[in-house]
Amino acid sequence: MNAEWRWDFAIEILPQMLWATLNTILAAGIGYAIAAVVGLLFLLGQRTPIKIVNMINREIVEFIRSTPLLIQLFFVYFVLPQFGITLSAWVCGMITIGLHFGTYLSEVYRGALEGVPKTQWEACRALNFSTFYTYRKIVLPQAFPIAIPGMGNYLVGIFKDTPLLSTIGVAELFHAATAVGGYHYRYLEPYTIVGLIFLTLSIPAAMWIRKIEKNVNLAQGKIKKEQL
Amino acid sequence: MSYFAFLSEHGPTMLLGTITTIKVLVCSTILYVIISLIFGLMRLSKNPLIQGTATVYIEFFRGTSLLVQLFWFYYVLPFFGLTLEAFTAGVVAIGMNFGAYGAEIVRGGILAVPKGQWEGAFALNFTPAKRMRKIIIPQIFPIILPPAANLTVELLKATALVALVTVVDLTFEAKQINSITWLSAQCFGTALLIYYIISRFFLVPFLRWLEVLAARKVGKEVK
Repeated sequence: MNAEWRWDFAIEILPQMLWATLNTILAAGIGYAIAAVVGLLFLLGQRTPIKIVNMINREIVEFIRSTPLLIQLFFVYFVLPQFGITLSAWVCGMITIGLHFGTYLSEVYRGALEGVPKTQWEACRALNFSTFYTYRKIVLPQAFPIAIPGMGNYLVGIFKDTPLLSTIGVAELFHAATAVGGYHYRYLEPYTIVGLIFLTLSIPAAMWIRKIEKNVNLAQGKIKKEQL
Repeated sequence: MSYFAFLSEHGPTMLLGTITTIKVLVCSTILYVIISLIFGLMRLSKNPLIQGTATVYIEFFRGTSLLVQLFWFYYVLPFFGLTLEAFTAGVVAIGMNFGAYGAEIVRGGILAVPKGQWEGAFALNFTPAKRMRKIIIPQIFPIILPPAANLTVELLKATALVALVTVVDLTFEAKQINSITWLSAQCFGTALLIYYIISRFFLVPFLRWLEVLAARKVGKEVK
């Protein structure tokens, strides 16, 4: 084994890696979409006025949040077939990521809703708006900007956790790197390229989110222009 | 096979794995705390070289996936003549990754210390080192501990990844038992429960206790 970086090998495997990157992005996108919806469901469970539902909801969220995504993946992938439900690795991966990050997103939503000042609610009550109207016209438009940075962070978070999907055989970027590395018995280039691809995608994304966050804060008057 | 029969047969193996998981947790927590403090301070340095180094480090480790870093440490470093044991590679990768996140928390904590404290130390003609050591650092703990506690719970979950570089931890044992017995629900269910118990009944109360302790040290009371 030698430490030399071989450009010809790197260039040879690059198209394959870039192709697999599309799968990674797709996985992150679908996973995020599911997580966003699941997050809403957990939020609903948390805000229903029934105590027992709140309690169960909290325990489920707590449990999912404090156990590793990796074992959850294994659990869904290996256990569901025992009950006669055979899903492909892709579907299992998406469900697990959706559930796992849904719990995080529900916290983001909750924080955003609580970030809307109480007086707004009181004013709506005083104006005799219906609950639905209050949410749609007053609360949600104000809560959404607060949620954006958190939601963006978890998008990047999901993107960075997609390599875990390779453990159950989803053919994403990391899986491709391992396969290529095993085939040629050279791991230096594949894993380095994976790292570089992750960097080139997630750093601009993070910067973009930071910019949005700044704009949101500006629009809400939390910081002034001269503070930037 | 009933669940109890499963536990009596495979429980001891899983407990051994749990001990390794806790070892990884403790070692990488120590490493990440040290790295966060160093890089958090470096990030605030006025020297562009020091600050730049810290920024590059933080962006690099936060920008790539932990699993990729782990594999890089374990499979690629030997190409450069540096062969790490699986356990060491796992601890170093997790410690360095979470150190990058922690450094940002430390930076935020230092910046959140009230300005009057800085000015007071300045007025008393403290040297910058003494100002940091005696005035600012002792006050950052109540500020940084709540986010650091979250990060540490994340770290516990991340320790599961070391199983993929052949560290024989709880996840590895669960996978192993699964491949022998095919009792997936029992294996992975038990593993999930053990992680949950560690987090809920040991790690979180401990971190909470640290928070109360730190708040009391600077004369604040936690609800």
